[in-house]
This record gives sequence, C-alpha cells and structure tokens, in this order.
Amino acid sequence: MAAATPTPTPAIVLIGHGMVGQRYLEALAERGATATHRITVLCEEPRPAYDRVHLTSYFSGSTPEDLSLTPAGFMEQHGIELHLGDPAESIDRDARTVTSRSGRVIPYDVLVLATGSQPFVPPVPGKDAPGCFVYRTIEDLLAIEDYARTRTSGAVVGGGLLGLEAAGALSGLGLATRVVEFAPRLMPVQVDEGGGAALLRTVESMGLTVHTGVGTQEVLTGSDGSVTGMRLSDGSTVDADLVVFSAGVRPRDHLARASGLTVGERGGIGVDARCRTSDPRVYAIGECALAVDGRVYGLVGPGYEMAETAAEDLLGRDKEFTGADLSTKLKLLGVDVASFGDAHGTAPDSLDVVYSDSRSGVYKKLVVSPAGVLLGGVLVGDAEAYGLLRPLTGSVPPVSPDRLVLPAGLGAPVALGPSALPDSAVICSCHNVTKKEITACATLPEVKRCTKAGTGCGSCVKTIGLLLPAATDRGLCGCFPFTRAELYEIVRTRRLTSFEQLLDGHGREKARGGNGCEVCKPTVGSIIASLAPTLGASGYVLDGEQAALQDTNDHFLANLQRNGSYSVVPRIPGGEITPDKLIVIGEVARDFGLYTKITGGQRIDLFGAGVDQLPQIWARLVEAGFESGHAYGKALRTVKSCVGRSWCRYGVQDSVRMAIDLELRYRGLRAPHKLKSAVSGCARECAEAQSKDFGVIATAQGWNLYVGGNGGASPRHADLLAQDLSDAELVRLIDRFLMFYIRTADRLERTSTWLDRLEGGLDHLREVIVYDSLGLCAELEALMADHVAHYRDEWAETLRDPERLRRFVSFVNAPGAPDPTVKFVPERDQVKPDLAVLDIRPLEAVGGTR
Amino acid sequence: MTVELLAPEGWLTVCELSALTPGRGVAVLLPDGSQAAVFLTRSGSAYAIDNRDPFTGAAVLSRGLIGCADGRPFVASPLLKQRFDLGSGRCLDDGEAAVRTYPVRTAVTSAAVA
Repeated sequence: MAAATPTPTPAIVLIGHGMVGQRYLEALAERGATATHRITVLCEEPRPAYDRVHLTSYFSGSTPEDLSLTPAGFMEQHGIELHLGDPAESIDRDARTVTSRSGRVIPYDVLVLATGSQPFVPPVPGKDAPGCFVYRTIEDLLAIEDYARTRTSGAVVGGGLLGLEAAGALSGLGLATRVVEFAPRLMPVQVDEGGGAALLRTVESMGLTVHTGVGTQEVLTGSDGSVTGMRLSDGSTVDADLVVFSAGVRPRDHLARASGLTVGERGGIGVDARCRTSDPRVYAIGECALAVDGRVYGLVGPGYEMAETAAEDLLGRDKEFTGADLSTKLKLLGVDVASFGDAHGTAPDSLDVVYSDSRSGVYKKLVVSPAGVLLGGVLVGDAEAYGLLRPLTGSVPPVSPDRLVLPAGLGAPVALGPSALPDSAVICSCHNVTKKEITACATLPEVKRCTKAGTGCGSCVKTIGLLLPAATDRGLCGCFPFTRAELYEIVRTRRLTSFEQLLDGHGREKARGGNGCEVCKPTVGSIIASLAPTLGASGYVLDGEQAALQDTNDHFLANLQRNGSYSVVPRIPGGEITPDKLIVIGEVARDFGLYTKITGGQRIDLFGAGVDQLPQIWARLVEAGFESGHAYGKALRTVKSCVGRSWCRYGVQDSVRMAIDLELRYRGLRAPHKLKSAVSGCARECAEAQSKDFGVIATAQGWNLYVGGNGGASPRHADLLAQDLSDAELVRLIDRFLMFYIRTADRLERTSTWLDRLEGGLDHLREVIVYDSLGLCAELEALMADHVAHYRDEWAETLRDPERLRRFVSFVNAPGAPDPTVKFVPERDQVKPDLAVLDIRPLEAVGGTR
Repeated sequence: MTVELLAPEGWLTVCELSALTPGRGVAVLLPDGSQAAVFLTRSGSAYAIDNRDPFTGAAVLSRGLIGCADGRPFVASPLLKQRFDLGSGRCLDDGEAAVRTYPVRTAVTSAAVA
C-alpha cells in the first residue's frame, strides 16, 4: 500500500491524457492533492486532452483549440509535468517505474492507467491500404480531411454512434458516402428496430447510402495499392476512394497485460469498486477499465465518475464506482437520438408504448413495467423529452405514458415540467448532479461552476434552464417592459412609425420622455424598418427620427473597425461576379488604398475607409452597378452558392440562379439579427447550406429547405423543414419563415436559438408556416411582398440626396479634414490599422463589459 | 443659433444647432489637434466629452448611441459598448475609466447647459 511506505512527496504517474485523464488531474487539483504529490503525465497524442465527444465539430468549424479541455496554464499552475507525444512503453511493477518511448524512466508510488480504447479494425484483406482510416483522434480527422481533398466517395464500416458521426463528416467533406453495418439496423446498441428504421429514412434522405445486415469482406485496391472500394459479405462490391473503420472500440490494456495485471477475458483492465487493479498501487479508469459489474464503459460520464472515485480513494476517502447509466442523447447528422434505461425492454413482462411518424422521421418508444414504472426508452428524430424522461426512469410518471410520447398538438398537451421531478432525480448524468443540487443555484453559470452539471455532454443544459428561477422581468431593457416580439405586435397593430411615440406610450414609467437606450433604439429601428412599407413609413433607415435609432454601422452604411475606420462590402449576389465588376472593385480598393479580403460569404470586404471617403467609394461602386451588401445591418447578408448544374458534373439544379433570386428577393430585409443563406446544387452540399439561417439543397425533384442552422460560436445544423419543393413553393415557404421569425424572435436572436426556444420547436414551426395552423400565412406573404416591392438600394438613395450626404464628414467644424487618428502601416503588401497612433492598452485588458 | 464648446483656448464655435440630430453626436476637431464629441439629447440639451474611447483608443465616441440611465444621459461606445455619462464623463461599466468633459453653450442664450 502506498501509505505503508511514506515518501515526502509521493509520485503519481498518469498514463494517458484523454478526457478521463484530464478529469482525474482536475479532481486531484480540486482536492488539493496536486500540492502534495509529484505528478507526471505521459500522453501519446501530440496535444493535451481535448473533447473527443465533439470531435466531429472540427468539420463544422471548431478548431483543435476550441476542442481543448486543458485550461491554459493548468499544468504549470499545479506543477504537473506533461510529456506530449511520448507514450508509456512498459511498466515495471517490481521496480515501480514506467518507461516511455523516448526512454524516460519515471518512478511511481501510484500509477493511474487512463489509456482509453482503440478502434477495432476487422481483420479483412486490404485493411491497411492507403485510404483506410479510423476515427478517433484529431490527427485521424486531419488525415481524413487531407486524403478526401482529391477524392469523391467514401465508405464507413460500422453504423453505430461513431460510424454515423464519421459518415456525417465524410458527407460534410463532399464525398458521396455509404455506411455498411453488420447488424440489421443502424445504431443497434442504442435503438430498437423501429428507431433504426426512422433513423435509416432520415439518414437516406440526407443523401447517404446505407447497407445493413452485411459485413465487409475485403477492401479492394487499385494498381497503385490505394483503396478503390469494398467487397461485402453478400458478394456485392461498392466503390469508395476511402474507407473509415468505425466498428467499435477495444480497451487499450496492452501495458497492463504485459505487466501481469489482471485483464478481463474479452479485454479491459479489471478493477474493484475503488478503481484499483489487481495491484493496489495501480488504478485504471475510463474506457480501458473493466468495472466491477463486468462492463467496459465507453461513455464519458462513467469515465469521469471513475476519475473522481480514483482521486477520492487516493486520499483515503470512501467512494465507489459500481456501474453507471448508459443513457445517451446526441445529435447525429442533425437527427436527435436518445436512449435511456432499459431501452430494449429486456426486463421480463415489460411493455412498450410506441409513437412512430415515418413522414417526419420521428420514433419514440417507452418501456414500462406492468405496474406503470418507466423502465427506459428510445427517442429518434425528436428527443426533446429526454431531459425529463431519463430522470423519471425507475418511477411511475405523473401522467400516462402515451401522453409522454405524443407530439404537442396531438391529444392534450402534457404539462409535465421538470417541476414534476423528485429532488433526488439525477439531471446531469455525466457528473451525477441531482435536481436538488441544481435548484440550490440561481443561474446557469453558477450551476456549472458549483456542480459541474452541464459541462460534460451538455444534453441536460436545457432542463437545467427550466429548473432555474425564471427571470421575473422579460422586458427588453430598462426602458421597455416588453419583449421584442411584443413590441413588434404593438408597432404593427398601433401602426406606430416613431420611437418616441412608442417609448412615451408604452415604455416603463421612468423611461417615458427620455432618450431610450442603446439596446431598445436599434431594436425599435429594426422593427419599424421591417414594417415600414406596410406602415407607410419611409423605408430609408436614416430618414428623420430613424437616423437617431441606428447603430453606428447602419448610421454610416458601413462597418466600423477597431481604429475608427470603416469597411465596405458591395453585394455580389450568389457570389457570381463578372470580370469587369471584379476589376472595378480592384481599382476602387487600389485608388483608396483599401485592404481587401475575401469573406466567408463569397464577397469582397474593403477595409480602411474614412467616414469622408465612403460616399466617394460608393459613387464609383454604384456607377459600376453595385448595391449595398448590408454587411453593416441586422439584415440579409449573402446567399452563398456552389456552381451548380451548369458546370458541375454532380449538380442536379441551377444553384447559382436560385441563390441570386433569393438574395435579390430578400436584400435589405431588416431582421432581429443578421441572416445568412446558401444554396447547394446537390447533396454534396458544397455551399454549406445546413449551417445557414435558411439553406437550400437541390434534389433531383426540386429543393429541400433547411432552417435554423448556424456556424459561429454555437454551431447548429439546420433542420429539414420541407422536401422536393418547386421554385415557387420554396420561395413562398422562405417568405413565411423569415416573416414569422422577424415577428416572433427576440432581440439579437439568430434563427438557430429562436428555433430552439420556439415552443413545440420544428414541429410547431412546420404547423404554422407549412400547414398554416394559425391562419397567418397570407399575412406573412403580404408583408414580404411589401418588402420586395419597396426595396431601394440605400447607397444609391444616399448619394442622390445632399442632405443625406452631410453626415459623412470626420469633423462637423472642419469638413474635408480627415481624422488624424486613422492611420495605417504596411502589412503583407497591403495596409493594417496603425494602433500606435491610438495609444491603447493591450487588447487583453479591454474586452466588452456588457 | 450656434453651438459653442469651451476648449482650453477659449470658446470655439462647433456648428449650427440645426446641424445636430437629437439623439446623435458629431465629432469636433479642437485647436490642439485633439477631438471632442458633441451630442444633442431629445430634450434639446447639448453635451461635449472627449471623442477618444479610452478602451480602444479610437476616436469614435461621437458615433455612439445616446441613452438614459436613471434619468441621466449617456453615450455607449460603438466599439465595445461601454457607457459614459455625458455630464460627468464617468464610465458606467468600469469604475476606473472616465473621459473628460467640456462645457457647451448655444450662442444666442450664452447659457452654459452642461
């Protein structure tokens, strides 16, 4: 025992720095054990612990840094020695040393194995050919991404959780993707037959090909030895330029095995309830360990609990890990999938309650005992209820099970809130946090800080939000007691065209007669602008009192940059531009000394214009036929497109033409936040439409419309709203969608968060704008028709009117004098702001305060 | 009627009062090369503060939005949104930061309003 041979500073060696390894280090740090122990970590990968659960988000824009789980300075702060890229090679339990690949020999008093697992690659011929990959580390992803660049098709062996993640990633890389699953359905471990069928339909509708009930017999290779396809167990062959093996994982127990520790018959380092191996100086935690209940847990929640257990045991405290809940909820290829408790109904006499709607790919099954106790369930396509159902598992739900699976709108709505849960219900299963612990906190950040709930897989965050005390005042700001949506209704029904009327008539008592504030003024400005044609107000956002409401960007019809200069973005509809227009942009940039950069939205941004230069720049651009790109406004930005059928051998529709039509239709539309869109000409989705507020993907029959997508800081895949639409149907549906969003969203709420918040979610949205359940559609369409009919280019209007041009001076008392603080220095053959003129504190010390 | 600002060199004519939009500001170049931001509130009061945003160094405060907090007018920097009280120059979001203020008057009444 470690305690029997006292050392001044006992040495801990941790082998493996994955999610569980890092959690173990944090658990030690939280308990002060990093101060009393010398800790060395050997890590095989070239980077410290990162979030493997969300690995696929790398392909939707997360950087390896975003995925990192190791806070900057953590190792230094706690005196932990971390060796990256230097895995342990052997353990000498007699000498109590670990030898690493680079030859380090590190003595230990306590050894912790957190070596994780490795992908299982079936022993088929060709499995090692160039073009075969596994899907486990960031390095694997980088290799796949690199290889896929020049390839067009891919296959994934394994249709489980990780296999579908990998398939989504390949599809996202533009490869025609197929999935080969040995079991008769997708995700055989988590979902039952019905759930698998719902999942299959949805996955196929995304353009993926699925083979179930067949195995992989051989990886076929071409003359250069690289992958060309696969032979399946039914004798058929399929083409594939690359193959990803994702057919399960195996515990990495080789070090334990070689050093004579007890290892399970089917792998996994045997541990007791305190996570000790057969050598009491050695712990094993996470996916490499075979828990006392005879299972290997491949989920992060149980891994974290083992890490806590091992840390507590080190300090001589009582804590046991005897097994864990295998419940999961995740979004695969944009489809919600959840399973919890006894999902397969293995308990004797268990009964099912099933709701299945193959039209919308929704499948829900609850397993109950004859006495009505909820035992488990499977949710596919709509896993909204997971947060409530999982904690109810093991009890008799307060309403009958059929009402728990029926969608809102069918039958009586279920008023089953988290308030129905008992205090002891576990809300966060990753960190084992109960409702009682959560309700002791006041805010979500406090919950995360004090209990860690919501910081693992994140699936409980929504439920936590419902458990916390609701903010009693939903008002927009200190000036109005109403939400943005309520203000919209007031403006619309009272036909108000002035901020002052609204503030004095509907503002809070103390705010009436005042100036409003920086929150409500642009919000109301946007509402009035959205409704202007309908209200008979001026559509020009800078007329009269409207001028005082706009943020500086709208006020100068350009984007303010850090040194007080502005950037200019001309509209390039659909990203299509003639050589002549391209030359004009180049000439303007050259003549005004502007820094030019291609944007993510297929446009060109020109930086470094002084306020007084804006009209001159735009005079040139307008003359060449350019219009405002509204990059400065909470308005439609761009509709990206791929080149589509006209050129691309895969294209099935003219995506460029549709993108231009949509961009011209919705240009200038003021909204609660910016709006982005894209049109892809085939299911390869090169325009990334599923990351947009509204995205369109061509099908052989027409267009599929996706809504509520987002990139940026909180990426969200868009939801499929409707399929195979004609041009006219598509436009009508987008008209309704946008106007319904503008009408009901909160201030600065993107469509993604709006849709997540919308009561009833996507189903409700579909009811309202596809089936017109509220009888609103005619009005929404009329509002959009008004917008389209009254659109004017703001810059052309501005240039026409000397009154409007008056504001474009740096100094009211010295028109023509440029701002002396706007200076530039050279960088990479262009310019950048000269910050030395500004004499500022370092940027780190600044940061927005509100 | 003109708006005047008291610079170290004496009263400086800024512009015609009618050139100001209630709820917005303008930038003024001062004789020493520094800049002031002059605002007109809804009630017709004029204020002047330093145009330089101390958080970013950029001369942009004149382009911020005016609002009211507890009945006192403020401007929110258009860059990182910190608010500055127009009367005192104090930053409402950071006790350490402040900008200087300038007395302002309209020429006909010759009455200082700030």
